[in-house]
Formats: sequence, structure tokens, C-alpha cells
Amino acid sequence: MFEQLGNLVAFGLLGLSPERAGGAAVQFFVMDVAKIFVLLVAVIYLMGLLRALLSPERVREFVRARADWQARAFAVTLGALTPFCSCSSVPLFIGFVEAGIPLGVTYSFLIASPMINEVAVVILVGILGWKLAALYVAAGLLVAWFGGIVMQLLKPERWVEAYVWQIQMGKAELPAPDRSFAGRHRYAVAEVREIVNRIWKWVLLGIGVGALFHGFVPEQWVSEHLGGEAWYTVPAAVLTGIPLYSNATGVIPVAEAMLTKGVAVGTTLALMMSVAALSVPEMLILRKVVKWQALAAFAAVLAVAFTLVGWGFNAITQ
Amino acid sequence: MKNIKVLGSGCRNCEITANVITLAAKQAGVAIALEKVTDIAGIMAYGVMSTPGVVVDGKLVHSGGIPGPDPVRSWVEG
Repeated sequence: MFEQLGNLVAFGLLGLSPERAGGAAVQFFVMDVAKIFVLLVAVIYLMGLLRALLSPERVREFVRARADWQARAFAVTLGALTPFCSCSSVPLFIGFVEAGIPLGVTYSFLIASPMINEVAVVILVGILGWKLAALYVAAGLLVAWFGGIVMQLLKPERWVEAYVWQIQMGKAELPAPDRSFAGRHRYAVAEVREIVNRIWKWVLLGIGVGALFHGFVPEQWVSEHLGGEAWYTVPAAVLTGIPLYSNATGVIPVAEAMLTKGVAVGTTLALMMSVAALSVPEMLILRKVVKWQALAAFAAVLAVAFTLVGWGFNAITQ
Repeated sequence: MKNIKVLGSGCRNCEITANVITLAAKQAGVAIALEKVTDIAGIMAYGVMSTPGVVVDGKLVHSGGIPGPDPVRSWVEG
């Protein structure tokens, strides 16, 4: 259905040729814009209905005072389920610290949260198929789990800003969530508005880059340079992704275009994770609670992890 | 006079929430003292991790997301 729409606009209305780069790019762009935005609204709404009941305050109560591995399992799962806006990562960090949750667990949460979320997963399934979606989620969970453990080994406590330890969190009675359908509907609609508002530009940008790649980058060049034989393509992909920042959903169309042109799976996954999870704005926000050494360690641990994951998948799929 | 605090470190949703409350108070003809708490220690002191939060006369009544019209009306009138 979305493909027909793309064909109709690009080849029918605009009279472009499917054989030419411009035609292929426009067709890809229209098709993906329609498909992704329909999926986006549907998924965010449905998840909003369910999630009206979950908040970071409740996550914190859930995770506190549990054994390390249990806490980490909850943190990673909840991080994957809840797409917290990066503007709440500071209160979240302080709240976790104040609850005595180990920093390594908090880092696991901070890694999982931007990288995996249900919106990205559904769109991954819709565009790249469930196999790749499963690979991406598995890789993300793995990185979040072990990334947090490695951060803990680095003794990150010494890098937390002193004032963070001083903050006393009040024990407020949280207002009970509105469980009626009307209340959850309202929450879900607000959620759709909020999230679409926040990420639409990343998604459009991602689709645009994907469309250009799809239309203009020759397959031959890709298979020669990015086919996966050369070891350095994966670290190069990770390094490219660090300064680039997009929402996890925004990189999917880029990945789609890369894969159809024959870029190796591991290389593509490495780029996706690096773009989604390692972002300069997010780091600058976290700088309010931790010293720059912690951010450097965080970025380095993630870059190494993504590279390993990329190599691993390239080895498996070849 | 009601004392209403909006907790949030200056994000867009916090601004919107403050505006919604001011408007509701004006419509109801109720005088309120609206205060924005932007410093993180002050926000966390109320036990809030998801902003914006709303405190009415010292009691936390909302956290996370822009509140709907009905609760806002009940805060300024109730």
C-alpha cells in the first residue's frame, strides 16, 4: 500500500523514471514518510494507553533495594519500555542515586532507554522485518547489560558531582494515575502529540538521508567499500555515528537504504546504535550531574561495545 | 490565595503547564500565586522525577506531562 503510494507520487504525479536516481529517491521518500508516520502514531497511541500507568517514580521504587542482577534486569527492561525524554535524565539520575541504586545499574538504564523503545521496534519490524528487529533489540539489551557492568568497574562514583549526593528527595504521595479509559486516552493522545512533535524532524531527516543513499549511491561502490570484508568499516561506522544524532526511529530509514544496497548487517547495526545512543546533546545534559571523565568513559565503553557487536554480527551473517 | 508551584527545569512542557494554569485561573476569576521551581534540588525535594510537576498549597497533585483541563480547573477552583 505504501509502496503503491510512493510509485503513484514519484512516477505517476511527478513523472519521474524509476530507473533514474531522482525517481528512486523520491519514491523511497514518499513511501517511508507515509509508512513511518502511520506506524508511529498508531504505536505511540497504543503504548500510551498501557503506559499511562508507568512513571519513572514507580520504576525507581521497583528497582531500589534489589540484588544487583535483579535491579539491572529491571532497569534494562524498563529502560527499553519507557522512552523518557532526555530532559528528564537529570532528575532520573539523581533519583536513582538517591535511592541507593548502584551507578552501574543507572548507566544500564541510561543506555537502554534511548536505544531501545517500542516505537523503534515496531517500525524496525515494519521496515526491516522481525529478524533484524530481534537482532537489534538483543544487541541493545546486551550492550546495556554489560555496558553498565563495565561502567561500575570503573568506579564512577568518583565522577559524580558533589551536590548530587546532598540532594534529599522528598517522600511525596504521588497522585494516583487516572485509570479510566478517558484518562488513558487523554494521556495517549498527549503522548502522541509530544513524541511526534519531538521526533518528526529526525524521522524526516533520516528518511531524506535514506532516500539520497537509496537513489544516488551506486551498489557497486557499497559492496566494494562497505560490504563487510574490511575490519575497519565497523569502527568507522561507530565513529561516524557519534557526532551524528538522531532519534532511534530516525536512523531506521537510513539503515533500510544501507541494507538494500548491500552494506553488511553488523556495520549497519553499529551505525544505528551509535547514532541513537551516543548523542552530544544528551551528554551535555548529563554533564550537570557527572564530571566529564564519566562522559568520556561512557562514550568509550559504548563505542567499544558497538564495535564488538558490529563485528560479531558481521561474522555470524557472512 | 492559592499557591501553585510548577516544578520543572525550564523545558517546553513546563512553560505550557504554567501557561495553562494561569489561563484557567484567569477564566475562573481566581487569584493565584504561581511560582516556577526550576532548580533541581527544589524539584526533587517534592519526590518528583518526571517533570513538569504541579504543587498546590504544598501538596503534589501532578507529575509528568501536561495536565488536562479538568484537573487544572479543579486546582484553581477547588
